[in-house]
Amino acid sequence: MDESKRGFLKIAGCSVLGVLGAAGMRTATDVGPGGKAVESSTTLSGKKWGMVVDSQRCLENEGCTACIEACHSTHNVPNIADPKEEVKWVWKESYEHTFPTQSHEYTKASLKEKPVLVLCNHCEDPPCVRVCPTQATWKREEDGLVMMDQHRCIGCRYCMVACPYGSRSFNWQDPRNALQGGINPEYPTRTKGVVEKCNFCAERLAKGQEPACVEACRKSAGAGALLFGDLEDPESEVSKLLSEKFSIQRKPGLGTKPQVYYLV
Amino acid sequence: MLEKALRGGRYYWTLIGFLSLAMFVGLLAYLFQMREGLTVTGLSRDVPWGFYIAQFTFLVGVAASAVMVVLPYYLHNHKSFGRLTVLGEFLAIAACGMCMLFVFVDMGQPTRVLNVMLHPTFNSLMFWDFLVLSGYLLLNVVISQVTFGAERKGVPPPRWIKPVIVLSIPWAVSIHTVTAFLYSGLEARAFWMTAILAPRFLASAFASGPSLLIILCLIVRRFTNFDPGREAIRTLSQIVTYALLINVFFVSVELFTGLYRRIHEHVEHFEYLFFGLEGKQALVPWMWTSQLFVLAALIVLLIPKLRKNDTILFVTCFAVVIAIWIEKGLGMVITGFIPSPLGRLTEYAPTPPELLISLGIYAFGALVLTVLYKIATSIREEIELG
Repeated sequence: MDESKRGFLKIAGCSVLGVLGAAGMRTATDVGPGGKAVESSTTLSGKKWGMVVDSQRCLENEGCTACIEACHSTHNVPNIADPKEEVKWVWKESYEHTFPTQSHEYTKASLKEKPVLVLCNHCEDPPCVRVCPTQATWKREEDGLVMMDQHRCIGCRYCMVACPYGSRSFNWQDPRNALQGGINPEYPTRTKGVVEKCNFCAERLAKGQEPACVEACRKSAGAGALLFGDLEDPESEVSKLLSEKFSIQRKPGLGTKPQVYYLV
Repeated sequence: MLEKALRGGRYYWTLIGFLSLAMFVGLLAYLFQMREGLTVTGLSRDVPWGFYIAQFTFLVGVAASAVMVVLPYYLHNHKSFGRLTVLGEFLAIAACGMCMLFVFVDMGQPTRVLNVMLHPTFNSLMFWDFLVLSGYLLLNVVISQVTFGAERKGVPPPRWIKPVIVLSIPWAVSIHTVTAFLYSGLEARAFWMTAILAPRFLASAFASGPSLLIILCLIVRRFTNFDPGREAIRTLSQIVTYALLINVFFVSVELFTGLYRRIHEHVEHFEYLFFGLEGKQALVPWMWTSQLFVLAALIVLLIPKLRKNDTILFVTCFAVVIAIWIEKGLGMVITGFIPSPLGRLTEYAPTPPELLISLGIYAFGALVLTVLYKIATSIREEIELG
């Protein structure tokens, strides 16, 4: 092969790579920026949002699923029956699975099976944020929320691998096919191939509303099993409860500092 | 040099045709996965990474192992490896390509994969892995192109390439270390959270990679007029022996730390791996096969008389590659998820589309390797015939 042919092959090869690269870049720049909280006069503001789950009170109405239904319909969470592919933002997990270090061989079998409400812990030191290669999930500095940008997420699932609480769900299939309950036009649906999780209702906080689960719980028979507020404000309901009563966190030994607390 | 790949005999074209067909089938399976989503795989909420990422992990080791021929030749002037280095570098190139494809097919949103470069995130090990792997691929392409090109022209390689080659040595170590850090920095997964993971990865890579290279050398010698050299293969088999022994030692060190102290969270993964938990034991037969192969291979490798017999060596190297493939390509990744952090036991097995896609990627790697080796052997024959 003579020099000119070889040169041509090299240039052609590089051009193909270049075009492929450019095509990829174009798709990539369609991604919206990871937004900040929308401030307005009606915004609920807090420096460090946290939640207190009064598990005793929640158990008094064991069959109640008001919070789960409210959350999932507000956020267009698909209803997928297959446990391997289900998408969950807030759900009930057995006591034993929620607090593996708290149960032992003499723990009553009935207690081990008791349901406990679980959701994203909005950790102060979130492992999911640490591992995400694109900053599609990040810690919002002003109020401590662990946010998620489904337009930037590449679907690598590293965050799911890193989360010690199983709080993240991946859309293995198109979630829009599993929205039997209708779509809430106020909140975006997702595409297949991205990760999602509880966002502490960032979109509702911005409008001055408390999280959907907390609101639903207040109106339900369980009334007040879920409390939400600013943990930096010593006068908030959650701060007072935590300073007065005995509370636990999920897997505190890992040092992730979960911001969801449980009264037991 | 590419024109050498366009002239070949019947065997060559049959192989090329067969690999192209496998790649095509893999591509079709991937298009199916693109349309349906990752639901077509056996992955789940509890086991979010599986066969693809495990193959990636295994192949990073194969890529890194090129250092085992580069280092003795360039730093210790081990002359017999002179004819071998280019084969090692070409193997690294093919392995790097497969690594990248395995990560790519695992993405839920493959069209956005360049977000990793668009939003560089220094605290994410995946970003670093992407970086070191691309760098390593580039290094090997440049080094093999320059040194082999010079050899063809019968001139010494340019002086500037030496520091690049020296750089490629720690770089090779870095790709597998970063890949281990991908796993060992996660508080959620006790099974991987061990400082020995990176050393273990390197040891098993330096056993399986050179084994694969020995297999390839013996095939090359059988089907072409190019002989990589008896002594080079001897030395490689010694490297395999040392690396395999060190790997066994590292595994026992890890087992001791976990089992003697019986740290529950750590031990239950090993129980799942070797004995099964609550009747779930998908990996148990695989793992024992792997142990058996390692043991048998070690016995053969430690006896010089057996090791020096090419047929026995060929079979032994095969056993080593299979054993390490089971250890890394099946056991290591999947077991990290079983049981899950919530204590659930969800098992995993790859589905037919997943296997076809993987087969397609391996076929791609084999095709790259075949073409590169074809070029290398043709030119070597040319040089030797004058």
